[in-house]
Amino acid sequence: MTHSRARSRASSLTLPAGAIALALLLSGCGGARVDAGAAATPAGGSESCVDTSGDTVKIGFLNSLSGTMAISEQTVRDSLDLAAEEINAGGGVLGKQLEVVAEDGASEPTVFAEKAEKLISSDCVAAVFGGWTSSSRKAMLPVFESNDALLFYPVQYEGLESSPNIYYTGATTNQQIVPGMDYLKEQGRTKVFLVGSDYVFPQTANKIINAYAEANGIEIVGEEYAPLGHTDFSTIVTKLKASGADAVFNTLNGDSNVAFFKEYKNVGLTPDSAPVVSVSIAEEEVGGIGVENVEGQLTAWNYYQTVDNPANTTFVEAFKAKYGDDRVTSDPMEAAYTSLYLWKGMVEKAESFVPDDVNAAADGVTFEAPEGTVTVNGDNHHIAKTALIGKIGADGLIHTEWSSDGAIEPDPYLEGYDWAADLS
Amino acid sequence: MDALYSQLFAGLSVGSVLLLAALGLALTFGQMGVINMAHGEFMMAGAYTAYVVQGAIADAGVSLLVSLPVGFLVGGLLGLLLEVTLISRMYTRPLDTLLVTWGVALVLQQLARDVFGAPNVDVRAPSWLSGAVDVLGLAVPKARLFIIGVAVVSVVALALVLKLTPLGRRIRATVTNRDLAETSGISTRATDRLTFFVGSGLAGVAGVVLTLLGSIGPTLGRNYIVDAFLVVVAGGIGQLRGAVIAAFALGLLQAGIEYTTTASIAKVLVFVVIVAFLQARPQGLVQVRTRSLA
Repeated sequence: MTHSRARSRASSLTLPAGAIALALLLSGCGGARVDAGAAATPAGGSESCVDTSGDTVKIGFLNSLSGTMAISEQTVRDSLDLAAEEINAGGGVLGKQLEVVAEDGASEPTVFAEKAEKLISSDCVAAVFGGWTSSSRKAMLPVFESNDALLFYPVQYEGLESSPNIYYTGATTNQQIVPGMDYLKEQGRTKVFLVGSDYVFPQTANKIINAYAEANGIEIVGEEYAPLGHTDFSTIVTKLKASGADAVFNTLNGDSNVAFFKEYKNVGLTPDSAPVVSVSIAEEEVGGIGVENVEGQLTAWNYYQTVDNPANTTFVEAFKAKYGDDRVTSDPMEAAYTSLYLWKGMVEKAESFVPDDVNAAADGVTFEAPEGTVTVNGDNHHIAKTALIGKIGADGLIHTEWSSDGAIEPDPYLEGYDWAADLS
Repeated sequence: MDALYSQLFAGLSVGSVLLLAALGLALTFGQMGVINMAHGEFMMAGAYTAYVVQGAIADAGVSLLVSLPVGFLVGGLLGLLLEVTLISRMYTRPLDTLLVTWGVALVLQQLARDVFGAPNVDVRAPSWLSGAVDVLGLAVPKARLFIIGVAVVSVVALALVLKLTPLGRRIRATVTNRDLAETSGISTRATDRLTFFVGSGLAGVAGVVLTLLGSIGPTLGRNYIVDAFLVVVAGGIGQLRGAVIAAFALGLLQAGIEYTTTASIAKVLVFVVIVAFLQARPQGLVQVRTRSLA
């Protein structure tokens, strides 16, 4: 695995499908066996071993602190720690102090499944926060479903999923990719070139973009995939230049972004002639690509460090005070921070830590998050959030250029879009 | 026609990157028979050298030109250290060398991570290398031209050193027949060390140049090491000429296939071609007898 600074987005681990399938299988079997006993006990909330009798309650943080994904997931852990600290300082949840049980997912879906099982069954945590790649989430899903426990997953992903045991606090496709295309359409761009890494997320995203383009009179003038870790973009950029594209939608992953943008600049393309909309470049990555290589380019997220509201000012100040002035905050970090507060809101509305009660109370719970007001959708367990198109500035930060008309209701299966009817 | 020219150029440019990555290896693996898996990490060290030098010299143009010789020195000294401490004890055990240098590669990667941090760093390209220049009606990126230039200069310089200097004569003598060279009064140990120094230094130069194209991070070397070995093996072990031809042939092949298909398919087809080629001609393009792989 060669992408070092992998802001490997959801589903990026390049594990063979077989390994993932195996992980699912193993965790599925393991979970089922443990669950058989638990499920056999009479109903009435007794299947959970969560202890809420004292003045503390346990929660689990499960992020990769080693392996390929550690660089990205450590930042999420940092903001989760910050949120837990703040909540405890403010009196805890339902008057109970949070006791964090921290585990390392080691960038391995199988480890994620094992550690999730441990957190639920032997640590008896009330909820688990973490995961990054879609493979890690898919490996944990059966564990949470069979134990009837709760997972809060903080990263935008490819959609097409909705589990009653998972809350997705990052964007689904209609909150990131579709708005990105809306923006290009609004700017009068009619010839879009697609470039992405060769794995599931870019392929899924581009399928959606193709359907969108067809329905909206936009021409897709090229669709290119580069193997993960690909370092030479001369041919792809030649094709891009020859295609006459007036915009580029970029789903490249990790290091490939650096090579792509350097080549793009070398051949004389500019953000004016053919702006690139990226969905995997956040504040953390800009420095590594080189500000001068991406200045003026666009990104699609739901949060930027520069978002102007009191909640974000507090968040950024607290984060820098805890971890240092040179640190930046990014979308997945904010989504993780928000996820802990949303859980707090749900628990306090339910006046109970039991997952079924929390689920029953979830719909409509809101939080004044750093990204703006977010609201939980009780049906699909995603959250309504505002889409922001940002422009990368000379200061290395991303500045909001365009924002959607208020928060967008999550629609993981794109059921509300006529053009997406044939997709799933 | 335009597309043909531009792909021809892209092929040359991919080839020159391959050549730079493989040139040092052609010396250490090709001539000495040492399988050095840490060769990519010497490139990584060269890239970080460019980063450090740019921290000291703000002007991107000057710092790039200074980085080239400094990168050569850094790569070379790392190579020398590796040769003296580990590889010199293992000349009779090539497979152990593979494992040991693989371990060294991992250590160097972690070292880079500890010193420079895990995220990529950025080296600014000088303004006189950004943008494109018109060559025969084709807009050619200046950075690519520069890399082709550095590759050509490196090859010519290395060829001249091997052909004309006393060091070059000693290297060739040692490679062709170690015992006879020793009998003639050549210190083969010193020659080994110098050869390894030069080969590793070239990796450092490649690393400096690659900052113009790609990311600079602890795992930079991993992206190039496999391709570098492919070039040396396909070119024929022990011959610079073979490496040069193989690098440009593979570059043109990659660019050509990628233009008509996709990047992933091109990668696969290039591998298929190499496998098929080595089936028909296991010794590679150009063959010489060497002491360890004869």
